[in-house]
Amino acid sequence: MANNILVFIEQRNGEVKKASLEAIAAAKKLSGAFGSEIKAATIGNEIKGLEKAAQQGAASIVHLKSAELLNYSTSAYADLLNNYIAENDIDIVIFANTAMGKDLAPIIASKIDAGIATDCTELKVNGDSVIVTRPVYAGKALVDVKFTSSKKVITIRPNTFPLGEPVESSVEINVMEQSNLNLSSKVVELKKSGGKIDVAEAEIIVSGGRGLKEAENFKLVEELADVLGAAVGASRAVVDAGWRSHSEQVGQTGKTVSPNLYIALGISGAIQHLAGMRSSKYIVAINKDKDAPIFQIADYGIAGDVFEIVPKMIEEIKKIKEN
Amino acid sequence: MKIVVCVSHVPDTATKVKIGDNGKTIDPKDVTYVVNPYDEFAIEEALKTRDAVGGEVVVISLGTDANKESIRKALAMGADSGILLKSDSYRDSLSVAKALAAEIKNQEAQLVFFGKQSVDYDAGIVGQLTAELLGFNSVSVVVDFKLEGEKITAEREIEGGREVIETSIPCVITAQKGLNEPRYASLKGIMAAKKKTIEDKEAAAAENYTEILTMSKPPAKSPGKILGEDASAVPELVKLLREEAKVI
Ligand SMILES: Cc1cc2nc3c(=O)[nH]c(=O)nc-3n(C[C@H](O)[C@H](O)[C@H](O)COP(=O)(O)OP(=O)(O)OC[C@H]3O[C@@H](n4cnc5c(N)ncnc54)[C@H](O)[C@@H]3O)c2cc1C
Ligand SMILES: Nc1ncnc2c1ncn2[C@@H]1O[C@H](COP(=O)(O)O)[C@@H](O)[C@H]1O
Repeated sequence: MANNILVFIEQRNGEVKKASLEAIAAAKKLSGAFGSEIKAATIGNEIKGLEKAAQQGAASIVHLKSAELLNYSTSAYADLLNNYIAENDIDIVIFANTAMGKDLAPIIASKIDAGIATDCTELKVNGDSVIVTRPVYAGKALVDVKFTSSKKVITIRPNTFPLGEPVESSVEINVMEQSNLNLSSKVVELKKSGGKIDVAEAEIIVSGGRGLKEAENFKLVEELADVLGAAVGASRAVVDAGWRSHSEQVGQTGKTVSPNLYIALGISGAIQHLAGMRSSKYIVAINKDKDAPIFQIADYGIAGDVFEIVPKMIEEIKKIKEN
Repeated sequence: MKIVVCVSHVPDTATKVKIGDNGKTIDPKDVTYVVNPYDEFAIEEALKTRDAVGGEVVVISLGTDANKESIRKALAMGADSGILLKSDSYRDSLSVAKALAAEIKNQEAQLVFFGKQSVDYDAGIVGQLTAELLGFNSVSVVVDFKLEGEKITAEREIEGGREVIETSIPCVITAQKGLNEPRYASLKGIMAAKKKTIEDKEAAAAENYTEILTMSKPPAKSPGKILGEDASAVPELVKLLREEAKVI
């Protein structure tokens, strides 16, 4: 079997997503073992940063281009990718597990009759078999899954596969103008949410819970997030109370995040909250109840009052940022 | 219009996961099963749509007899009838989707609601897999839905905002929290549900393309240090984040 690998490179607003570059890093685990090449394909209008795909190890890059592809269209993107897959005899397709990747991957799997595994945190080859590891039950367990089909579709969890050092590459970007697109489904408008950084993409998240007492006090959370260049997250309790929007909710019925640093302020650490953030690399908890379950998974904690501790954190961090 | 809702029957989110003796699934002992939380939004949207445009809502669940409990709940909320696609052995997502697609086709449904994700295996794909098998349009992770004639306007959640999408029926919608407030089943609804039919059918056969080799617990994280009980611990915290964790 040829085991030709395709990584879908996602762009938003004409910029290549880091999570897609991580998908190339993940793909190397398979291409190395199979001795096969990694092809990259992207869809959109003008796109910046495609050379980074080559620098991460893509052996070819195709840009399927049209002004009508500036915004996402499930139908057009899926058809274009499907054609590319057929023409290039692709066996394994890898996406980042982003909003777009999660939408497209299953459609491609149905189109090419492939086994599919999503949100994978590890990929390996054992003999001829591809085996992936993925969290289930909101991260309370992990499964190792073996593909038994010849075609395979995989999505990988962002922030899990570290990027390699960029390498020099002479790969050229093959731009192919597209026409006669299938726009039976298309984005007609983009609505930005208030937050500057989305929790799903942030390297640092500062989350607040009911311990903040009222919506007004989230100013404190925002201020700490600002000095850290972090996204603001929230527990479900405060989303349900209408203090924060659902797009900020972290947890089982919110977003699953794995930032480098997660700071939980006045959050008890209910099992459904932990489900969404337990794979964060470092966890800090500030909670006045020293028995709060959040301390069970926190690397560092202070068992005290957020209203006293957070202003001090802001002050200290400002100091070091200024030096 | 004929509207289908697909529901899965899953362990309650508060379940403490224990790995079963087979090393491949959870130990079902002491586990409470419920309607998948996202599927409640799907049921609600199906009912609202039916009430607005007329027609009927058929609930489909693939699994064992136990799934009837979740079908019954959807009937109690107001769905018209239910179908259990019987399947006793483990099926992967594409195999589930193939059986669901076969029955949806049989039902000649134009609009199908799914949850965005089942909270057991967290795959988040059965809706779009099924849509493509049927040749339907699809919009996933939907937080706002409007149907006018054949035209659909739906909003889906993406990183940093929402996409407003236009498409048309036949279509699959996968529901995200925020789409609506699922109604509670009234006593009257619960009584009425007892009289509604749940048809048993064999699920169409479809091969699995993936196999679970093992299930394990993630490496336990050892609880870290509580550095203090007031603001005097902050300098040490900041120092650790900078020098030990190197994250700020
Ligand atoms: C089906 C289902 C899905 C769910 N999904 C999610 C989800 O996705 N995300 C989620 O977060 N939850 C989810 N939940 C809800 C979850 O069970 C909890 O209810 C919720 O996480 C609690 O939020 P909290 O920690 O902000 O509030 P609480 O549990 O009320 O905790 C507040 C904490 O603040 C502390 N505190 C109070 N005052 C101060 C102070 N001055 N200084 C410092 N600390 C203080 C308290 O000690 C307490 O620990 C879900 C529940 C269900 C049933
Ligand atoms: N066995 C099943 N029977 C009916 N619907 C299902 C089944 N499994 C999954 N679904 C539907 O597909 C959605 C996504 O599931 P999943 O892809 O497994 O995360 C769920 O929210 C349900 O609406």
